[in-house]
Amino acid sequence: MTVIHPNLEAVDPKMSAEGVSVYYGDKQAIKDVSIAIPAKYVTAFIGPSGCGKSTFLRALNRMNDTIPSARVEGQIELDGEDIYSNKMDVVQLRARVGMVFQKPNPFPKSIYDNIAYGPRIHGIFEQKGDLDGIVESSLRRAGLWDEVKDRLNDPGTALSGGQQQRLCIARAIAVDPEVILMDEPCSALDPIATAKIEELIAELSSRYAIVIVTHSMQQAARVSDRTAFFHLGEIVEYGRTSDIFTNPIEQRTKDYITGRYG
Amino acid sequence: MVLGLALAGWLSARSRAWALRANSGSRLASLPNYHGWYVGLWIFVPTIIFVFIWDAISPNLVIQSVLASPAADGLPAIDSARLDALREARAVASGALASTTNPDALPMVAPFSDALSQYRWIGIALTVIIAGAAGAWSYLRVKPDFGARTRVERVIMAMLILASLVAVFSTFGILASLIFETFRFFEMVSPIDFLFGTFWSPDPMANPDNPDPTRYGAIPLFWGTLLIGAVIAMIVAIPVGMMSAIYLTQYAHPRFRAWAKPALEILAGVPTVVYGYFAALTVAPMIRDIAMSVGIANASSESALAAGLVMGVMIIPFVSSMADDSIAAVPQAMRDGSLAMGATTSETIKQVLVPAALPGIVGGVMLAISRAIGETMIVVMAASTAANLSANPLDSMTTVTVQIVAMLTGEGSFDHPATLSAFALGFILFLVTLALNFVALSVVKRYREAYE
Repeated sequence: MTVIHPNLEAVDPKMSAEGVSVYYGDKQAIKDVSIAIPAKYVTAFIGPSGCGKSTFLRALNRMNDTIPSARVEGQIELDGEDIYSNKMDVVQLRARVGMVFQKPNPFPKSIYDNIAYGPRIHGIFEQKGDLDGIVESSLRRAGLWDEVKDRLNDPGTALSGGQQQRLCIARAIAVDPEVILMDEPCSALDPIATAKIEELIAELSSRYAIVIVTHSMQQAARVSDRTAFFHLGEIVEYGRTSDIFTNPIEQRTKDYITGRYG
Repeated sequence: MVLGLALAGWLSARSRAWALRANSGSRLASLPNYHGWYVGLWIFVPTIIFVFIWDAISPNLVIQSVLASPAADGLPAIDSARLDALREARAVASGALASTTNPDALPMVAPFSDALSQYRWIGIALTVIIAGAAGAWSYLRVKPDFGARTRVERVIMAMLILASLVAVFSTFGILASLIFETFRFFEMVSPIDFLFGTFWSPDPMANPDNPDPTRYGAIPLFWGTLLIGAVIAMIVAIPVGMMSAIYLTQYAHPRFRAWAKPALEILAGVPTVVYGYFAALTVAPMIRDIAMSVGIANASSESALAAGLVMGVMIIPFVSSMADDSIAAVPQAMRDGSLAMGATTSETIKQVLVPAALPGIVGGVMLAISRAIGETMIVVMAASTAANLSANPLDSMTTVTVQIVAMLTGEGSFDHPATLSAFALGFILFLVTLALNFVALSVVKRYREAYE
């Protein structure tokens, strides 16, 4: 049973999950998870490896659909619409709920084409000039424009790891999503690149709802407004980040954030 | 016999090693089996080398001793008659012939059989001595702390190296013999006439000393090969192979894929003669009938189109399997990234997976082309031997491989330029497929490095 920290103020949720369970074949990876994710906040999912935080994150934009054995029960809503209903087009959903992965995964195309990929697919520009504008503004917002503006035709894979990850973030925001899901976006990066991404997350949260899965409690403490602690497929405790780290209620949360296990 | 000796060495060394282990109670540096192998190999390898050398030199020794015998004085003085007599005497002495008809050979039979048995016994004695010496020397080295294991390992490695060199050296051997015959051909017909002439009709009955170079223009053959192997076959194989690879990697249920992929690869194992029947008996008449029905009067029953189509079907598994492997090798993260952008599966395939897998696919196609160009049976059965330089795929055409077969099995003598032209054609074909394979493999290799 999830403990909601008493200091957590109620806000209109951008996304909300109600009694969500995820199964891989017979194995239950997520057990009856309920959570409300607010707009324009950074929500962090923390917890030990294998606790289901990434699985739950992937349920939020139906990326689990790509795994044949995965099955989702319960209700997940985006702006009050059930994302698993027949009326929801998964292509539209993923345009509204973008995702950044653990390892930077730029496409084997030029930097420009990487950013233009989403806008082209979804046709969200009128003419070529618009597309140039989208590419530039996305790269600017991802803090990458000054580094790559002279070599937009170089392959995306030629960038450094940290630049690649910012390219992937730029690619995600190019379709102007409402929510950005980040699955351990810094785990493959060095500390300097990590700091840049964290800065970027803070800036982006003024426009988007951001959900970030992280292994690093320091990172959760630095970048997030709210934190949910996952353990064994459940959310043990959910509250304001400062409360979770300084004043946890559940014993398991206390043990985890003091490094007793995980 | 050598094997028996080696086995004896193996058994005795092994039992000695067991005994040593029992006596000393300590651990041996190597297992008894390795000591056995060590001694066995020491007996086997030098002895077998000796046997081969002895086989090579002993006939000469026998002849020398026979010639030294007094009976040899009666032999004819002429070399050829002398050799005949000796050969016949030898055959009688070794039991291959019942009796001799050559009066000169008769007195030589007795010395020959004496010498033969004498040298056989010398050979056996030497074999036993060598085996015994090698065995004894190695047997004495069987001690608890002796590293027989590493030594046996080294011998095994040497054998493996030898085995891998066989393939390499035979390639060089093949190439050398091809080059040699090709040069002989080019001495009779200039390479320029051969490579750039447009009329191919070698006459195996013509005077071999004065060939007509205008009949040796290979362009129509290269054209036919290209059209059948690289154009028509690929028009069939590339789209079908690609689409089946895409279906199998991206859409098919894993259980269907587990069943369908090996099935497709089995297609690659169908003997090409079978495809040839199919081309000649089914596809070619069908194409002729269709061509007639649309009003093409002079449609040939041996069209390039039929051979090319069937060859394309034959090549499908190659293209499909390479494309499948390279699409499956594109990291899952790439696919996820595209799907997470809201792309559909087919957009993901078209925009991300295929471009990322392209080098591997190109490599596969090139390997398939080199396979198609070198293919013989289908074209021998379905295409004709008439060398036409024509852009119409319904015409009968011939390929390099068909002409190689036709020239080598023709009536011409082996020294005739018509026969030798087969080697020149083979040499060119070898160079072309070698170049294609080389390019294909380097493309595939570069692509593999990109993701690791």
